[in-house]
Amino acid sequence: MKKDLVLSLNKLSKRFGKVIANDAVSIELHRGEVLALLGENGAGKTTLMNMLFGHYLPDSGSVEVADSSGNMHPLPLGNPQAALAAGIGMVHQHFALAENLTALDNILLGSEKLFSLGRNTSAARAKINGIMERTGLTAPLDELVGRLSVGERQRVELLKALYRDARILVLDEPTAVLTPQEADALFKNIGAMTKEGLSVIFISHKLREVLAFSHRIAVLRHGKKVGEMETAKADQRSIARMMVGEDSPVTKREKLDPGKPVLHLNAVRVTGKSARNSLHGVDLTVNAHEIVGIAGVSGNGQNALAMLVSGLVSPDEGELSVEDNIITRFNPAAFIKAGIGRIPEDRHHHGVVGAMSVAENLVIERLDDTEVQNRGFLRSGAIGAIAEKLSKNYDVRGPGAEAPARLLSGGNIQKLILARVFECAPKLILANQPTRGLDLGAANEVSRRLLEARGRGAGVLLISEDLDEILALSDRVMVIHDGRINAANTTDRQAIGMMMAGEAA
Amino acid sequence: MEALEIFLNVNFWAASLRIASPLIFGVLGALICERAGVLNLGIEGIFVAGAMAGWMAVWLGAGLWGGVAVAAFAGAFFGLIHAILTIPLGLSQHVSGLGVTMLATSASYFTYRTALPDVSSPPRIVPFQPLDIPILSDLPFLGPVLFQQTAMTWLAIILVGVVWWVLNRTPLGLAVRAVGDNPDAVDAQGLSVYGLRIGAVVVGSSLMALGGAFLTMSAFDAFFFGMINGRGWIAIALVIFASWRPGKALLGALLFGAFDAFQVRLQTQVGAFVPSQIFLMAPYVLSIIALVLLARGADYPRALLKPWFKGQR
Amino acid sequence: MIRIEPRETTSRLWNIGVPILSAVIALGFAAIPLALAGANIAEAYYQMGRGVFGSVFAFTEMLTRATPLIFTGLAATLAFRAKLWNIGAEGQLYLGAMAAVVVGTGAIDAPAIVLVPIVLLAGAAAGAAGMAGPAYLKNRFGADEVVTTLLLNFVILIFLQMMLEGPLKDPMSLGWPQSEPIVDNAALPRLLDRMRIHAGLILALVVAVISHIMLSKSVWGFKLRAVGENAAAALHAGIGVKRSLMGAAIVSGAVAGLAGVSEVAGLKGYLTADLSPGFGFTGIVVAMLAGLSPIGVVISAVFIASVFVGADSMSRAMGVSSFLADLVVSLSLICVLIGGFVSNYRFVRTAKRAA
Repeated sequence: MKKDLVLSLNKLSKRFGKVIANDAVSIELHRGEVLALLGENGAGKTTLMNMLFGHYLPDSGSVEVADSSGNMHPLPLGNPQAALAAGIGMVHQHFALAENLTALDNILLGSEKLFSLGRNTSAARAKINGIMERTGLTAPLDELVGRLSVGERQRVELLKALYRDARILVLDEPTAVLTPQEADALFKNIGAMTKEGLSVIFISHKLREVLAFSHRIAVLRHGKKVGEMETAKADQRSIARMMVGEDSPVTKREKLDPGKPVLHLNAVRVTGKSARNSLHGVDLTVNAHEIVGIAGVSGNGQNALAMLVSGLVSPDEGELSVEDNIITRFNPAAFIKAGIGRIPEDRHHHGVVGAMSVAENLVIERLDDTEVQNRGFLRSGAIGAIAEKLSKNYDVRGPGAEAPARLLSGGNIQKLILARVFECAPKLILANQPTRGLDLGAANEVSRRLLEARGRGAGVLLISEDLDEILALSDRVMVIHDGRINAANTTDRQAIGMMMAGEAA
Repeated sequence: MEALEIFLNVNFWAASLRIASPLIFGVLGALICERAGVLNLGIEGIFVAGAMAGWMAVWLGAGLWGGVAVAAFAGAFFGLIHAILTIPLGLSQHVSGLGVTMLATSASYFTYRTALPDVSSPPRIVPFQPLDIPILSDLPFLGPVLFQQTAMTWLAIILVGVVWWVLNRTPLGLAVRAVGDNPDAVDAQGLSVYGLRIGAVVVGSSLMALGGAFLTMSAFDAFFFGMINGRGWIAIALVIFASWRPGKALLGALLFGAFDAFQVRLQTQVGAFVPSQIFLMAPYVLSIIALVLLARGADYPRALLKPWFKGQR
Repeated sequence: MIRIEPRETTSRLWNIGVPILSAVIALGFAAIPLALAGANIAEAYYQMGRGVFGSVFAFTEMLTRATPLIFTGLAATLAFRAKLWNIGAEGQLYLGAMAAVVVGTGAIDAPAIVLVPIVLLAGAAAGAAGMAGPAYLKNRFGADEVVTTLLLNFVILIFLQMMLEGPLKDPMSLGWPQSEPIVDNAALPRLLDRMRIHAGLILALVVAVISHIMLSKSVWGFKLRAVGENAAAALHAGIGVKRSLMGAAIVSGAVAGLAGVSEVAGLKGYLTADLSPGFGFTGIVVAMLAGLSPIGVVISAVFIASVFVGADSMSRAMGVSSFLADLVVSLSLICVLIGGFVSNYRFVRTAKRAA
C-alpha cells in the first residue's frame, strides 16, 4: 500500500576527522510507518539520526519534512529547535532527562515561554493524560525522574516527544535497557501510536525485534546504505548478511571439562546507594576452563557484581574466595595480585587514563613489578619494550606507544586493555560488557581472546546485556535480577527473558 | 550567664542581620551559578569590584541606587569573563574563577589608587540609612531589629524570595535547574545550554557584587584594601550548607551573622583572658567545620564543574 | 557556523609558544590601564624594563623576587597535577616561616651545617602539615579542598598575628608585631656581596629539578599523574588514589613551606605578618603559565617577578600605582587559559546548510 511521504533524507554525508560516518545516505519515511534502521555498531546509524535532529550538522545533503497537511518543506539543519518545531522527536539511548525535576517538568521543559512570571500546568497535564490514555504510555508525572525506573524514564522520553506533537519519532536502540517483555510492551505502544498517524524510525541491531515489529528495514554498513526492503520479504539470514557484509563467523567453542573453582562467592551481600548497586545474597562459582555468562537487564546489580569482583567495594556479608583463598582485602591492587584480570564496562573512563601514553597505560596495573621499575623509578627503556611487544601481539593500532591513549579508537583501547589483562595470565577474568560499542572485527577479537584464556585454564565471568553474546560464549548462563543471581539451566531465549524480568521461568 | 544575655539584646540581632546581608547576596549569587552547573570562584574578587565600583559611583555623584546599579554592572562584567572562559570554552572552573578573582581585585585596587593617588584616609560617602517602615518597626523586639536595617538589607531579603520564586515557580528556573543537572536534557528540548549558563553566571555575579557594595555603601561608608577578607569564600562554603536552596541560604547567612555578632560581643566580655585572634578565626573555622560535617551528604548539582560542548553527546 | 573540535595532537611549539604569547599579550594589555592613568606608555614600558635589566642589582632583585614564586609555583604544580586544588599555599608559606622562626631564632644552638637543614626541614614539615589537613578532610569526609584551603589561609594568617603578638614576639621590637631575628647559623647565605640574592634561589632550582624528575620518572609521580588525569581509572588499575592525593598534598605543602623559610631565613631575617604579598596566590599563576611543568615554573616565575619588580620601579619613577603589576599577572593567567584552549581545540568552520 502506498502511504504519504513524511520525511526524506537526501544524500546526507558526515565526516569526523578522517572517518566517514555517513556517506550520501538517503532514506524515506511514510505516514504511519515503522522503519527499522539496522547496522553494526559504528555503521553510522546514530550519526544519521543526530543529523536529522540537529545535533550534528551534515557536511552535505538535505532533509525535507512534511508539515501537518502533508506538504514537504526543507528542514534547517544543525538546529534541534527547528527539528522539534517540524514535529521530529528523538529518544536517545542515553536519556536526556534532568533527574532533579519531575517527569512533568521534564516533559514541559522548553515548551513554555521562558520568561514568564509563573506556570500553569493544568492544560499541559490534561494533554499528557490524554496521550497516556491513547497510547498506553504511563509514567508518574509528579515523581522526580531520579526516582523512576529505566522503563518509566523511557516512557517519559516518549511522552516528551508526543507532548510536542511529534509526528516523526526516532528511537535510538530503545530496547537496550529493557527486558524482552518490556520491549514487547513498548512495541505495542508504538503500534498504537502509528495507528494515529505517527511515523517511527527505530535504530537497532537486534534482528528479532526488527523482524517482528517493523514495516520496512534499511541497513547501514560503514556509513553507507547497503540495502532496503519490506520487512515481510526479509529473513534473519539475509539481513544479517547485509549488515556484516558476509556470513558472520560463528564463534567456535570447543567442549572443555570445567576445572577447579577459581572464583567463589558465598552468600555475598553488597549494599549500595541504589538497587543497581546492591547484591542480595549471591552464590556464584566460576571454574577453570569455564565461561560463566551473567545475563540481565541493565541496572539489576551488574554494577555491584563488577565492582565487587574488581575489588572496588567490599561485601557487607558473605565471602569471596579466589581458588582456595578467602579474600580479606578488598582493593583493586590486591585483586590484581590475586590473579584477577578486569575488563571494565566503561573502557574510556575506567579502563585507560586517556591523557597518559599507550605505554604507560599498558603497565599501569603492574607498577610494583621490577620489570617496570627499579627502586621507585620507572625503567623507561623496559616499558617501551613491553609496549612495543604488546602492541604488536595484540594488534593495538594507533599513533604509537608514546601517544596519549585517548587518541586510540574504542576497539584499540579495548585491545590495549586485553593486552594488559591477558599478559598477566590471570586465573579469573572479569569481562564486563566487553564488546559493547565495538565493530565486528574488534568484537570477534575479544571473544577469541576470552575463549583462548578459557582454553588456557582461566575462568571467565562474562557480564553482558547482549543475550546473543552470552549464549554464544558461555558454558553456563546465570541471570541477574534485582541483585540476585540464579542459574538459567536453559539456553531458551524466552525462558531467560522471563528470568531477566524477575518471573520464574 | 552574661554570654546568654547577648541573645536578648536588640543590637545583637540587628548586627547579626547586618553581618548576614552581604553574605545573603553572595550566597544567592553563588547558588544561581552553581544551580546552572558553574562554580564561580571569582566571587571574592567580584565582591571587591562591587564594593569599589558602587562606592566610587556614589563618590562621583551617581546617587546610592546609581551606585548599586554600577556595582551590579561591574559584577556582571567580571561574571561574563568567567562565563565565557568556562562555558563555551569549557576551561577549568577552578582556575578561571581564581583568575577572575585576581583580575577583579587588582583592577579595582588599581582603579581606586589611580583615581585617588594621594589620600591618607579613605574618603567617605553618605551611605544608605536605616529604613523606617511604618507598622513593621512598631513590632516589639523585631521592630527595633528591623528598624536598624538599610534598604540594601531589605533588598537582600526580598531577593531571597525572588530567587526562590524564579528557580521553583517559573519556566526559566526550571531550565536553570535542569541545565545544572543534565545539559543534554536542556539541549534536547531546544533550549540553549550556553545561553542559560552564561545568563545564570552573569546574573549570579551581579548579585555577588551587591554583597560587596553593601559593605561600602551600607555597613561602612568608604572603601579599604582587604575589606572583603574572605567573605566571598565563606559564601561558597555557605552554599553547600544551604544545599543550593535560597531559603536555607538565608538561614545559613543569618546563623553565620549571629555567630559572628556573638563572638564580637563575647570578645568584649572575656577578651581579657583570650587573645582576640581566637575570635577573629572563629568564622573561618566555623565555615570549615560546617563544610566538613555536610560534605558527605551534599547533593551537588550533577553537572557542576562539568564542561559541556554542543554536538558532543 | 563555527564548531569547536579537540585537536588530536598539540605540537611542542604550541606548548611553549602559547605561554610566551600570553605573557606578551598580557603585558600589552597593561597599556590600557597605563593610558587610563594618564602615563606615557612608551616611557612606562622603558621604566619597567630598566627596573629589571637596568643594573646587576636590579636583576638580582628580580631573581630574589622570583625565588619564593618558584617555590609556590612548584607547590601549585605538584598539587594541580594530581587535581588537588591547593589554594592554600599562602597559609602554608606562613606556617613554614613560623616553623623556621621557632627553631631558627636561638632555640637550637648548632653550626650552620646542622642548623640550616633543621630550619628547612621544620619549615617543610609545617607546610606539609598545613596541606595534609585539608587532604585528610577531603579523603575522609569529602570536604572540598578548594574551600578549606582558601579559608585556612585566613585562619593561619590570624594565628600568625596571634603568635607575633604573643610567644613569637621579639621583646626588643618596641611593640611591633615581629619575631626575633633568625640567628646567623640558621640563615641562608647570600650569594653576592651587597646584593640580597640568597641561597634560597639555589634551593628553589634544586627543588624544581627534583620535582621534574619525581613527576616524570618515578612511580610516585606516575601514580600522581594518573590520579590527576583520571582518578576512576587509576583506582580501577590498583593505584591508591587517596594515598596519592595525600602524597601530593604533603609534598605541595612542604614546598610552599620552604617558600616561607626562604623568605625569612634568606631575605628578611625575621617574620612579620606582611612577609608575603600574596606569593601563594601568584604561585598559581606561575604554575598555570608554566603549563604545570616544574622546569617551566622557573621560567614563568622569572617572568612574573620581572613584572612585579619592573612595575614597582616604574611606579616609583612615574607615580602609576604598582597594582598594575597584579593586573598584568592576573591578565596573563586569563590569557594563558585562553591560549591553552586554543592549543587544545580548534575552531572548525562547518559548511553553511544547503538551502
